Amino acid sequence: MLIYKATELVNFAQGDLLMLGAFVAYMAVAWWGLDYWLSFLIAALVVGAFGALLDMTVLRRVIGQPQFAVVMLTIGLGAMFRTFASVTWGSEIYTLPTPFSGVTQIAGVTLSHQYLSIIAATLILCSVLYVFFSHTRVGVAMQATSQNQLAAYCMGIPVKLIFSLVWAISAAVAAAAGILLAPVTLIDTNMGLAVALKAFAAAVVGGFGSIPGALAGGITIGLIELYAGATMPEGIKNTAPYIVLLIMLAVRPQGLFGTPVRKRV
Amino acid sequence: MRFLFKTAYEQDIRLFRDGTTAAWYGVLAVIVLALPVLMSRYYIGEITWVFIYGICGVSLMVLVGYTGLVSLGHAAFLGIGAYAHAFFLQHGVPWVASVALAVLITTACGIIVGLPALRMTGIYLAIATLAFAVIIQEVFTRWEAVTGGFAGMAVDKPVIFGLHFDSEASFYYLCAAILALTLVLTQNLLRSSTGRAWVAIRDSEIAAQSMGVHLPLYKSMAFAYSAAVMGLAGALFAHKIAYLAPDIFSILFSIQLLLLVIVGGLGSLHGAVFGAIFVALLPPTIAILRDAIPAAMANFASATGIGVIGTIGRGIGEFLKKPGVEAGIFGLILVLVILVEPAGIYGRWVKLKLFFSTFPMYKRDSFKRQKNYMRSERLR
Repeated sequence: MLIYKATELVNFAQGDLLMLGAFVAYMAVAWWGLDYWLSFLIAALVVGAFGALLDMTVLRRVIGQPQFAVVMLTIGLGAMFRTFASVTWGSEIYTLPTPFSGVTQIAGVTLSHQYLSIIAATLILCSVLYVFFSHTRVGVAMQATSQNQLAAYCMGIPVKLIFSLVWAISAAVAAAAGILLAPVTLIDTNMGLAVALKAFAAAVVGGFGSIPGALAGGITIGLIELYAGATMPEGIKNTAPYIVLLIMLAVRPQGLFGTPVRKRV
Repeated sequence: MRFLFKTAYEQDIRLFRDGTTAAWYGVLAVIVLALPVLMSRYYIGEITWVFIYGICGVSLMVLVGYTGLVSLGHAAFLGIGAYAHAFFLQHGVPWVASVALAVLITTACGIIVGLPALRMTGIYLAIATLAFAVIIQEVFTRWEAVTGGFAGMAVDKPVIFGLHFDSEASFYYLCAAILALTLVLTQNLLRSSTGRAWVAIRDSEIAAQSMGVHLPLYKSMAFAYSAAVMGLAGALFAHKIAYLAPDIFSILFSIQLLLLVIVGGLGSLHGAVFGAIFVALLPPTIAILRDAIPAAMANFASATGIGVIGTIGRGIGEFLKKPGVEAGIFGLILVLVILVEPAGIYGRWVKLKLFFSTFPMYKRDSFKRQKNYMRSERLR
């Protein structure tokens, strides 16, 4: 799944938020017997609120410190979430029941509804986010904040609120991704880490800060992985995305869709 | 507060600031030498871990703390050093030569990783090193001819020039000596023009470049030196752990190493050692607390007659026994350190010292840090 990065907040806890989202949805469906769509909504809202809360209590304090501090902070938070999940839900593996079943034939290719639902949801999510960031006042304000907090503040943007909002949206998107992914990878406490690493590869290949780029990067990484798994010796499949990532970083660090960087003093 | 007026160049380039400082380090050396006589074998083993982590800390401190290049893949270098050393030992290479070869190989790997890193900064570099670590871990798993794959690889006790380092105490001295050697070497390097160039790169690449620092050369040197020290640590690590398996050198281990330098305090060799003490001794401390807290709280409960405290104590004990809690505690400490004391343990130590030496005049703002709200790396 894709992480969107229009905010320059590099979040290593994203994968763990994704895992939390999947668990909340599982709880809603399996324990409280709620409808799938209702649980989807609940999980996204709960994790989104959690993200905002996280920003207000913890992450706001490191504003103005080097980016490195934020990265380490999210790594630490991610480790805490994993522990929390393994203590709360144990280390068993769960499956999330979904309303999507059966298969469809499209142009001779058999697709299960499960995967179709993932593709559709991804496309919808990405286009909504893209429109949100480029065409709404709040979205543009978020981009401005990410580029220069002081200038954004001078322009009358409520920077703190924007940050909380960014975290809420980012957490909610992660939760949605987790729910979509749950039927494919099954839910366990470590599902986030593996996905997050691949998502980083996707984000870098596509270029940070570009939603179409993230989508393209995700597809590229996915295809490379499939191709390597099918044609090359065993073991290449897991590393292929990272090899591509390294080459990509060395050759074109700004990604496929990124804008070239120019240094200023 | 004492001021030191330097009147000669020799005074300026001395390893220790003055006689008092040298004497304190002497005391420390005596304590380190005396510890194996005083303590049980279990604790000697744990302190040996402190030394090995200390060498890792020095390696990462040079790269992250002094040159400002963040690496999320240093466990890979440690693994390369460990596997190379174990491989050469198995093929009958003498210990010293084997360590030298292992260090050479890790240095070469460091330079190779450093090459693409020359074009990247900040988060991109961290991700690139992360990718490198994942690839290397896969290589450890798959290259069974050398590494033994998942089956693992046994490592014998070191034998140097016919001397057997079989006992816990002898290996303790070996690790202590190598750590001391590494520290002196690194301290000397950091005092030289190379070290100053690294610090200049950390503080501002553009300024460093303007002053005539050859960026690619010095960044490669930082990577090479860091990898070399890591390879050395890897060789000792292999002996200490006695059995190598690919899943030891995971990303979580790299993160733990990064935690080490951050908790210790970025930008100081003291910090590397403080961080090593912390990271190496936290797991045994948790293990001790696991049994001690419930027992102590049960005693307290029976003494005061409040039953709830005993129940809470049992609950804490149960909680600490669950798998994965240790990682969470590491995470919690990382978060707290970044929020409360970004300068780490060593930063706190410096503040304490200043507090007492300037006693009634201590100003909190002496350590205030400049905040930067122009955070975008895209437009820099």
